[in-house]
Amino acid sequence: MNFDNDQRMRMHKDMLLVRVCEEGIARVYPDQEIRTPTHLGSGQEAVAVGVCAILERDDIAVSHHRGHNHYLAKGGDVYRLIAELYGREDGCAHGRGGSVHLTDRSVGFLASSAIVGQMIAVATGVALSMKMDGLRNIAVSFFGDAACEEGVFYESLNFATIHKLPVLFVCENNLYSTESPMNVRAAEGTTITGRAESLGVISESVDGNDVLVVAEAAQRFASKLRDGGGPMLLECMTYRLREHVGPFRDHELGRSYRTEAEYLEWVERCPIKRSGNQLVADGLASERDLAGWEEDAERMINEAIEKARRADWPKASELFKNVYHPLQILSAK
Amino acid sequence: MTRDITYAQALSEGLVDSMESDSGIFVTGIAVDYESGIFGTTSEALRRFGKTRVFDAPAMENGLTGIAIGAAAMGKRAVIVHPRNDFMFLAMDELINLASKWRYMYAGNAGGVPFLTRAIVGRGWGQGATHSQSLHAVMSHFPGLYVGMPSTPYDAKEMTMAALRADAPTILFENRALYNDKGAVPEKIDSPRIGGARILREGKDVTIVATSVMVREALTAADALAKEGISAMVVDPRWVRPLDKETLAHAISATGHLVCVDTTWELCGLASEIAALAVEYCFNDLKAPVRRLTFADCPAPVSAPLEDAFYPKASTITRACLMTLGVKSSTDFGQIDSIDDFKGPY
Repeated sequence: MNFDNDQRMRMHKDMLLVRVCEEGIARVYPDQEIRTPTHLGSGQEAVAVGVCAILERDDIAVSHHRGHNHYLAKGGDVYRLIAELYGREDGCAHGRGGSVHLTDRSVGFLASSAIVGQMIAVATGVALSMKMDGLRNIAVSFFGDAACEEGVFYESLNFATIHKLPVLFVCENNLYSTESPMNVRAAEGTTITGRAESLGVISESVDGNDVLVVAEAAQRFASKLRDGGGPMLLECMTYRLREHVGPFRDHELGRSYRTEAEYLEWVERCPIKRSGNQLVADGLASERDLAGWEEDAERMINEAIEKARRADWPKASELFKNVYHPLQILSAK
Repeated sequence: MTRDITYAQALSEGLVDSMESDSGIFVTGIAVDYESGIFGTTSEALRRFGKTRVFDAPAMENGLTGIAIGAAAMGKRAVIVHPRNDFMFLAMDELINLASKWRYMYAGNAGGVPFLTRAIVGRGWGQGATHSQSLHAVMSHFPGLYVGMPSTPYDAKEMTMAALRADAPTILFENRALYNDKGAVPEKIDSPRIGGARILREGKDVTIVATSVMVREALTAADALAKEGISAMVVDPRWVRPLDKETLAHAISATGHLVCVDTTWELCGLASEIAALAVEYCFNDLKAPVRRLTFADCPAPVSAPLEDAFYPKASTITRACLMTLGVKSSTDFGQIDSIDDFKGPY
């Protein structure tokens, strides 16, 4: 294990922040004050936190519709995320983007977008630019298992291999595309890593619910990428604890595509519980410390929610702002 | 200094000039570094800047467009070439769902993603249903893009340069049938800019608004009409987005008779947009119903006589102008249509 105590505690706290944020949103979401389709990332924290833990500030991450985890793990501002969900001017996209269109360039979180697979190509373009400029930075694309069914996945991986681009493709395999299980989406015996390998992309599948396993693999891949060994794909096996979009658990709503038993199995493999147990076992934290950190995160999220609810709305007079650059002079009236 | 060069040479000059002043510009797409150099338009850029800035790509229109977005976010500026713009349908997700919305939906905080898509339109010589469409009406529907249609060598250069200095993703529709046209083009163009229609010929009886290769046809029609004693104005919108409504409305009001000619179909097309503009802004000046001349409402056929019936051309434009003016003529305008000397296959 090559992570020091501070790094391990940092990762745990980052996962707590993501979980508490997502659960806080789930709590207030039924109020109908957050009016943006929201795909909560509870249960998948270790992927975002494990990968982002080993990134540098100028490494660029992009994400998808379930993107709060990556935004927060890369260091994105908590309040500006919550304000975005509330549609306020303080939001990271000033209420123009919503849950699925986040950005915080100050921390290297370029953007998330909702169309499945779309951002894989964008990360590839970021990596192309990095390579052209001779930088040692890397681009990271987070996407789900369904994205590996889109044409743009194959186009991007193929291009990245041809040009040996410094891009880390991170597939969060949570076993379902909305409600469709893997066995209706891929032929038996085929794997996502196998598909990537066939395109020349070095790939590995890891336990995505163990933050240290994810971080170790990402670290190993990233250092090769910085030395020009790219591109690489990391498949992280994980599970979302809540419904595809919205604040509830599937079994609470009587949906049958996933059982409560399966859900409970994955609750047992909760990445935060596992990380906490390891920290206690290794004498790095007490149960009381863990509870205290969780309370800190809760306080932070609750304050962000209260502040966002009181924040200013965007002005209707600024509806057209940023369709084009404000300084570009259009000759058309 | 101004000299006569071809549309293709002008495209090349606009590109090379821009690449000289912006080292972040690179050109990619299928065949861009072939010896044929996209009908000669990328050869000089390749010779001057080499394969690091002009390089071939796999057949991956959508992915390549997404790559252009990512590179643009990092300060680069891609030129993506589609030797036939029909293939651009495959890039619609990245172009429309992301590029056009990027600045707006991240409220400017993720910056802009300017890049140029060169959309080459095939015409005639049996290009057929999937190699002769022009997607300008489709692409202009969406806020956040710039869409232009250069019709002359001057515009080919100036609009390329404007596109490569623009703040937003830009698509230029270049009609293959124009590539050998010659015209006056300055060696240096100082301040290229997005937008602005152009009046190519003044007239007082009828206004022909024509796009791309139809501008050439409209000018021929205007000559024929002059022989009939009719003075036709010819206006080229040049840019569909932003559309220079002011110049167009003035030109339409000046004659009160409007014929719109476009290189795509009628329903929800640019000719319809111009007609709507006439009704909204020039209603009291119109003296007759507006006429639209567009592709026949079927996919483009291959066989020569069918193809001949499919496209608007100088003679049909001339007849449409006479009709809107209520003028009868015994002239057989079939003689004015130019003989298509395009050498195939591509």
